[in-house]
Amino acid sequence: MFSTNPFAELSASIPPAVMQTYVVVMIVLVAAGTLFDIVHKGSAKYFFDNWRKSKSKGAQQVDGGELLSLAVQTGLVDVLASGEFCNARRRVAHLLTMYGFVIYVVTTAVMVFGYPTPATPTPAILPQLWWLGGLMACVGGYWFWFFIRVDVAAEGNSPFRFVRADLFIVSLVGSVTLGLIWAAAGAGAGVLFGLYILATTVLFGSVPWSKFAHMFFKPAAAFEKRVSYANGTRSNLPGPADKPEQFGSAREAPRHY
Amino acid sequence: MPTFVYMTRCDGCGHCVDICPSDIMHIDRTYRRAYNIEPNMCWECYSCVKACPQNAIDCRGYADFAPLGHSVRVLREEAKATISWKLKFRDGREKNFVSPIRTTPWGSIKGPGEYAAPSPADFAKQELAHEPDALNIEGGLPALRPDQLKQGVV
Repeated sequence: MFSTNPFAELSASIPPAVMQTYVVVMIVLVAAGTLFDIVHKGSAKYFFDNWRKSKSKGAQQVDGGELLSLAVQTGLVDVLASGEFCNARRRVAHLLTMYGFVIYVVTTAVMVFGYPTPATPTPAILPQLWWLGGLMACVGGYWFWFFIRVDVAAEGNSPFRFVRADLFIVSLVGSVTLGLIWAAAGAGAGVLFGLYILATTVLFGSVPWSKFAHMFFKPAAAFEKRVSYANGTRSNLPGPADKPEQFGSAREAPRHY
Repeated sequence: MPTFVYMTRCDGCGHCVDICPSDIMHIDRTYRRAYNIEPNMCWECYSCVKACPQNAIDCRGYADFAPLGHSVRVLREEAKATISWKLKFRDGREKNFVSPIRTTPWGSIKGPGEYAAPSPADFAKQELAHEPDALNIEGGLPALRPDQLKQGVV
């Protein structure tokens, strides 16, 4: 089961060209949805306005080399390691979901385009990575959904209460879970496959209404924050205290959630 | 000066929801970010501003005494046990303050739950719960003797 390419098995019922077209349509939906989201919410305009304001008020000039260094730091810490999260549980759940989903999506695309039929044998590592990515996304996603999600942890709502903010996470775990169940059940073209496609279409087609686009604007916001610290504006925040020893109170490690 | 949230900074952790004494910081149902549901009921305690690990919450001053262009920002550094304030006036002047979060060691003050529950007899007394011990006053609460009271009162 873990070494079989489910899309090659599906090719007995659905032509590979249809599967490949579907994947391309999903990519187009994500790109178009993200652009619409940026224009509709004005997030790019807000980002550049903030950028100009911060630059004009900055005490220090940030040159090109420093900007590059800040961009690399943003990429390594805020994007690749989810450094924004202060809560370790949220960070681990986010990393599991993010890397699991990326592995799952990339291996899906490679198998659909590279090994679409049994005539081109799939290397065993690809389906194994597909399963691993899917399971990682499920563990991170369900952990977040039932235990970490702020609506449950702080607001005290039922984990089964569904609002629009849940569209992304529900369609993501729904798509991945149904995909894994569909593959485990033999990768046929029946009801399970229909549900899997429905959840996947909702996930990629609902970008303008869900928080799917956060993977594009959150790094921009993190970069802008780093630049504001480098140029001295710090969003008007005071600088770090430099003489805490004068106060004589005991220190302790931060106790964030 | 009701609080508001910079949505791009907020990561929806729920610190402010838990700490708000007015219970007016809640999570938006569309974006899962915090917001002040009722600014009129905000008593400007700054609890959420200080607690926010992303410094995503700010206070908007009323225009009559804090005209546009001012800023009051606070940075709480738990590891250093300090709290820093930066005040920017409309004319560009700045004032910076740093204070200890507390002046006694962490854990040195007993919480209400660590005291024994009051007995039925305690409810008949004039003192509040755990008084006078909790007030650190030798010999009980100070009170006037009958001969010190104004004549005709008793």
